[in-house]
Amino acid sequence: MVDSAVAALTKQIKKLGNASSLHSAGRSVRKDLEAAREELAEAAGCAASEIIFTSTGTEANNLAIKGLFWKGAKANRKVIITSTFEHHAVMDPIVWLAEHEGAQIVGINVDRKGFVDLIELKAAVEKYQDQIALISIMHSNNEVGSLQDIAQVVKIAGDIPVHSDCVQSFGKVDLSFKKLGLTAATISAHKIGGPLGVAALILKKGLDIEPILHGGGQERDLRSGTFNAPGIVAFAAAATDAVANKKERDKKIRQLKEELISTIKKNISDIWVNGDLENCLPGIVSITFPKTDSEGLLLLLDAEGIACSTGSACSAGVQRPSHVLLAMGLSEDETTSTLRFSLSYTNTINEIARLGAVIASVVARSKAASGKK
Amino acid sequence: MKKLKVIAAMSGGVDSAVAAARAVDAGYEVVGVHLALSSNPQKYRSGARGCCTIEDSHDARRAADVIGIPFYIWDMAEEFHKGVVENFLSEYQSGRTPNPCLRCNEKIKFEAVLDRAKALGFDGVVTGHYAITKDGPDGKTLHRAADPEKDQSYVLAVLRTDQIEGAIFPLGDTVKTDTRKEAKERGLFVANKPDSHDICFVPSGDNAGWLRERLGSETGDIVDQAGTKLGEHKGAYTYTIGQRRGLNLTVPDKSGEPRYVLKIEPKSNTVVVGTHEDLAINTIIATPPTWCGPAPELNKELRGFAQVRAHGAPLATKYKFDGTNLIADLDSPVFGLATGQALVIYDGDRVVGSATICETI
Repeated sequence: MVDSAVAALTKQIKKLGNASSLHSAGRSVRKDLEAAREELAEAAGCAASEIIFTSTGTEANNLAIKGLFWKGAKANRKVIITSTFEHHAVMDPIVWLAEHEGAQIVGINVDRKGFVDLIELKAAVEKYQDQIALISIMHSNNEVGSLQDIAQVVKIAGDIPVHSDCVQSFGKVDLSFKKLGLTAATISAHKIGGPLGVAALILKKGLDIEPILHGGGQERDLRSGTFNAPGIVAFAAAATDAVANKKERDKKIRQLKEELISTIKKNISDIWVNGDLENCLPGIVSITFPKTDSEGLLLLLDAEGIACSTGSACSAGVQRPSHVLLAMGLSEDETTSTLRFSLSYTNTINEIARLGAVIASVVARSKAASGKK
Repeated sequence: MKKLKVIAAMSGGVDSAVAAARAVDAGYEVVGVHLALSSNPQKYRSGARGCCTIEDSHDARRAADVIGIPFYIWDMAEEFHKGVVENFLSEYQSGRTPNPCLRCNEKIKFEAVLDRAKALGFDGVVTGHYAITKDGPDGKTLHRAADPEKDQSYVLAVLRTDQIEGAIFPLGDTVKTDTRKEAKERGLFVANKPDSHDICFVPSGDNAGWLRERLGSETGDIVDQAGTKLGEHKGAYTYTIGQRRGLNLTVPDKSGEPRYVLKIEPKSNTVVVGTHEDLAINTIIATPPTWCGPAPELNKELRGFAQVRAHGAPLATKYKFDGTNLIADLDSPVFGLATGQALVIYDGDRVVGSATICETI
């Protein structure tokens, strides 16, 4: 966690007042919380009243998608347009709505570089028009880092509500809720050096949707539950820190990324990078090592003190081919030969050199163990 | 000296957890691996104890965290289905009674896993089996465990010498109650988890139902040795040699003797029954043999002990290898022995070799 967030959290955690209480302890926490809301709004380019605090990005996505769908469904709008490579926290609530609430899913394809096909989106919007409840397209993809043209998506959508999962992008690239013209956006603290367990849905002013949680009526009656004040003030501090240092960190991380890719290429000639190197998040690098098995790569790299990740795993922990990479046109074998490296401004050139020293032998072993031909 | 690197196969049970912990204490560099044996973890079995549930993979991960070793899940579903489940079905279809645990050791734990471990640069595989390996002049040999109640050398006897070379069994000298005690002392919460007994991929132990679902339940005749019809069965392969209960014969035996399943004939879809005396077997013929060490001299009659069930008693026997078959001439008969089971020959507590029983006389 960044220092300013740790400081904010440790200071706030001593204050026990419930922000919804009217006594002085409650009012004092309320004051801190509302100041944090304003600070976060400044960082996200939205009005303070548009922020609804939740406990996770998944919860914020569920609230936005289900809420906007139920609102649309009342006017017989039951189509949900989304991309084929959303995070599970978007994809799964949409699939749930299709299975339980009669939603009709229209999936927009993505290209090999990881960009949503906007021509296809336009055609879908024209085809379904007033049957569409919402469009949900991520701001940037969590596995390959490709940045989507959300302003263009909003333009194509016209009056149709657009939600965007901005968890990966917020604090990393320029992002203004107001400028993008979104109806709803999801952001989360843990991706920007804030604490785990706090996130927010930014929802356009005045918009009334169905809540998922019912209770005390906090957050515009949309998200009942006692406020996590320490988490919220730390979230705001981390957001301010991320936005203030964004430019400088972006430059450093992109240099590290270049070094990482060239180091790996120097050692293994047949690798490729998934996604786009221009229009992308600074820190995410998805690399396919043909004929290897990413489980083996991960195990061997971890033993060398290098942390990276494979695609997704089922609830028992069995690796599954990444739906993101499959959507981008990779074969099943290629998806299970792919690793994601996440770089931060705290990484160093020396760490990349350490990866360079072991990657050739790690890949050779993984190839021998994979049985892929 | 460089530390030896090993994979600890962790089922989520108490034995493999303690085995992994002991391997760490012995100075190995240990990586824990849980084998996912079904591509859909709830497909083969749900809820209960077994090797395939989400709960078990969670338990294995928790144990690895407590021991302080890295932990991964290896997807062996395809290998398990081909090497164990399909073999299990085809053996039943051929009227034999297979032992899937033995196949799993042979094809999965000490073949697919060991091969993968070696390719990744590991030196061996640690499991929680109760058996002992000893260094001999011709390589490692396999022996019975110290705890006769838990001894698992029978289900490991299918391993070749090169497989035994890569196997590490840290629990061979320990009795089960001590393993549980040790797990508790080590803070492993699986200490009191019950033992697994059933076949891990058959839900709730309903073997007959599971087979009927997959192989159909074509009714057929239950006959005596002369071919006289005594009743009807619901799927021949759901019967086991030596079975007495659940035959529902319509024609009682004249002398009132109970009758037992003697033979299952899949081609004619008949089950043959007879008296307890008819179950007596003096000679066992088994093939193909696997030797846990040097092969015995061809056609030479030797003395040793035969074991024909996972927890069966050792039977004094003469045995010889004729180049194709391993033949055991028992000193006294054994009753109700199914083909498809393994014949394991012991020399004292050392495993000489094993083969699948194909004929009994």
